[in-house]
Amino acid sequence: MSELGPIFRALLRNKVGAFLLALQIALTMTIMVNAIHMIENRSSMMARPSGLDEANQFYLSSNGYAENFNERAVVEEDLRNIRALPGIVDVTQINAIPLSGGGWSMGLQTETGEDKPSVGVAVYFVDDHGIDAFGVNLIAGENFSPTEITYRQRNEQGWPQNIIVTEAMAKELFPDLTPAQVIGKTTYIGGDEPMTITGVIDQLQAPWVGWSGVERVMLVPQRTEFRSSRYFIRTEPGQRDRMMKEVEEMLVAEDRGRLIRNVRTMEETRDDSYRSYSALQTILWIIVIILTIITALGIVGMVTFSVNRRRKQIGTRRALGASRFDIMKHFMLENFLVTSVGLLLGVGSSIALNIWLVDAFSLPRIGWYYIPVAMVILWLVGQAAVFGPARKASQISPALATRTA
Amino acid sequence: MFSYYVRLALLSLRKNILLTGLMIAAIGLGIGAAMTTITVNYMMSSDPIPQKSERLFHVQLDNWSPNQPYNEPNEPPDQVTWLDATNLLQEGRAFRQAAMGGTSFVIEPSQAEQKPFIASGRATSADFFPMFDVPFIYGRGWTANDDNSQNLVVVLSKATNDQLFGGENSVGETIVMGGRAFQVVGVIDDWQPRPKFYDVSTGPFNEVEEVFVPWSLKEPLELPLNGNNNCWKPVGEETFSAFLRSECVNSQFWVEFEDPQDADNYLAFLNNYVTEQKKLGRFERPLNNRLMDVMDWMEYREVVAEDAIMMMYMAIMFLVVCLLNTVALLLAKFLGRSGEIALRRAVGASRRDLFLQYTVESAMIGIAGGLLGLVLAWFGLQGIGGLYGDMTEGLNELDLTMVGFAIVLAIVSTILAGLYPTWRACSVAPAGQLKSQ
Repeated sequence: MSELGPIFRALLRNKVGAFLLALQIALTMTIMVNAIHMIENRSSMMARPSGLDEANQFYLSSNGYAENFNERAVVEEDLRNIRALPGIVDVTQINAIPLSGGGWSMGLQTETGEDKPSVGVAVYFVDDHGIDAFGVNLIAGENFSPTEITYRQRNEQGWPQNIIVTEAMAKELFPDLTPAQVIGKTTYIGGDEPMTITGVIDQLQAPWVGWSGVERVMLVPQRTEFRSSRYFIRTEPGQRDRMMKEVEEMLVAEDRGRLIRNVRTMEETRDDSYRSYSALQTILWIIVIILTIITALGIVGMVTFSVNRRRKQIGTRRALGASRFDIMKHFMLENFLVTSVGLLLGVGSSIALNIWLVDAFSLPRIGWYYIPVAMVILWLVGQAAVFGPARKASQISPALATRTA
Repeated sequence: MFSYYVRLALLSLRKNILLTGLMIAAIGLGIGAAMTTITVNYMMSSDPIPQKSERLFHVQLDNWSPNQPYNEPNEPPDQVTWLDATNLLQEGRAFRQAAMGGTSFVIEPSQAEQKPFIASGRATSADFFPMFDVPFIYGRGWTANDDNSQNLVVVLSKATNDQLFGGENSVGETIVMGGRAFQVVGVIDDWQPRPKFYDVSTGPFNEVEEVFVPWSLKEPLELPLNGNNNCWKPVGEETFSAFLRSECVNSQFWVEFEDPQDADNYLAFLNNYVTEQKKLGRFERPLNNRLMDVMDWMEYREVVAEDAIMMMYMAIMFLVVCLLNTVALLLAKFLGRSGEIALRRAVGASRRDLFLQYTVESAMIGIAGGLLGLVLAWFGLQGIGGLYGDMTEGLNELDLTMVGFAIVLAIVSTILAGLYPTWRACSVAPAGQLKSQ
């Protein structure tokens, strides 16, 4: 390590150049750490399971427009017909589609009174086939029975007696109880209307992927007569695309005074909902990669210059007995020093930027391991970038020392 | 003299073509990334109706629960109730005013081969069209009289008119919407304010509606709501009329003044109105009504997406790295030419001459980098369009302002980047350098 002294003194002859490089490395690290943190953050949000059997599910919407549209009869017949098709696992009428962005929410509370705190929850109106069509698991209590399914009118205000909630919702309402203990508990909707939890399902997401309560859902045993509704359909594995065509053809075959629209798979819906997430990830990846390349090329350029300026000194050192390896080591060590200064600065600025991002955009904090990982990567990038010019420097002939220009 | 500097600069740039290429590429990439994200932000935050955005005001009334604000700390709801929108419309205290809300219709085309389809709609009042300078190809908006008499009239978007009437003048024709015959009174030309400022509740960059009908039809026809509805209090009776008269907010109300100063008077009127309503047992919170002009409202509703802002900061930092890179490289390059500089100084070039010459050289890198950056920004914006799909339609276009800005940004930042290296080069002492050779 005795070389460090001369290397350091040589660096001081171009203080500004070295400092600029260090600054560039510090900023590169700052951007890298925070961009990758954002990418990871989005990935973890996209990886949250919806609870559904997404690969085998699709839905469509049915809008009645004719004066004589008999919604109750049409829906019951449709559901019966769809269920009878071979390849269909189950189907339910529903008011909103998980992950789709549009839906209905209410507040539930454990004590009556408008001034008591309530927990926001997404509402799905489904029938006794809901759980099966979603492909979710009942972990406590019972499914709705066919006899308790009622019809809901457009301006109706009241709520049925029984509901099924997700485990996350049960935990939010009754933090100390297990799912089995929650069965039979009463919650209040709209301030004071009681409802009994008769079942708990493991997992199901709300329509809004950006909502902090996305895991909080309740199933209400009602079919809707809003003239506009959706059918949520689950097929046997691999049968989805075939069934989409068949179901649509069957439903439009007869003019019932309604429109069938929006026949879409759950996979498309997921892609749409998370499109801005994956777009942001792609853009940040591009920025990080190009940035690293530019910084590396910048190092190559700088070292090439400094080698060219010091050709004579290098020749002299070689003539005085320095080996090729010594010359290489000089430049590698020089870069290591500059990079280290940059990375030390970078640790501070990465954390500072993260604190600001946490503050301004409510992003979570970075994990501690981002810092050492980014440091190691940038050390390696720096060494790799310096390797080429350093090798060239090592090939300078000792005879150069004897020439005059 | 200037052309001589340009020639010298070209010579010097060509002598080290790889390095020149690296500097141009770095500037180009930095400018490209920064311009791509700045353009998206610029488009998102642009004034959708610049000729009168200072005279158009959005109304907020605080009818929320006495126990908690609509939003912390004490923000009134983003929308108003149907009842208040209707009342304020009737009062008519501003130069122009429009109540509005989203809805939808099933349209049954008269031609048998066309299938019925669903169209997005907006129920609003007559002033909507002159207030927002809506351009018409055929006919015009309906009149206040149509509003008052609940006439079944409709204004179509250009696309809807193309679909139903093949683009012909359809004024006076009737179309069947929701089972009723509406008379067409006007067809709007292509019109897509970005952001769609008059109603951002379901997304600030959504498409303009396909049909417009009088606000007064909402109650008799029980027009469905297409938009957000928020309630803090149970509606009570199970009828559409009770729902409209509830404390649920689902409508928007805009006013236009001839002079922005009139806003104070109008706010006083609003406060007065709310005080009167308090006597009926409504508006239990303290007075908290707001009037905001278009740009204030856009800022309040944060129409510029957080992701876009974050990306812009990242891209600007990226540009800074690229510039640091350029400063370091130019410094190394100019210092490497100390001998040449000393020689020119010795034969009579002044510091000023050298300074000019090196500034020309860095400016040339800036121009080349700026042009490359523009091309990259164009590709970047196409890429954003591809990644985000319809969401960014109309937001990923470079306009002349942005092109000019990009070039200026590139040149200015490169000259700044070249400033220190140039200064260092010029302060080379001729004697010392010549001697050491």
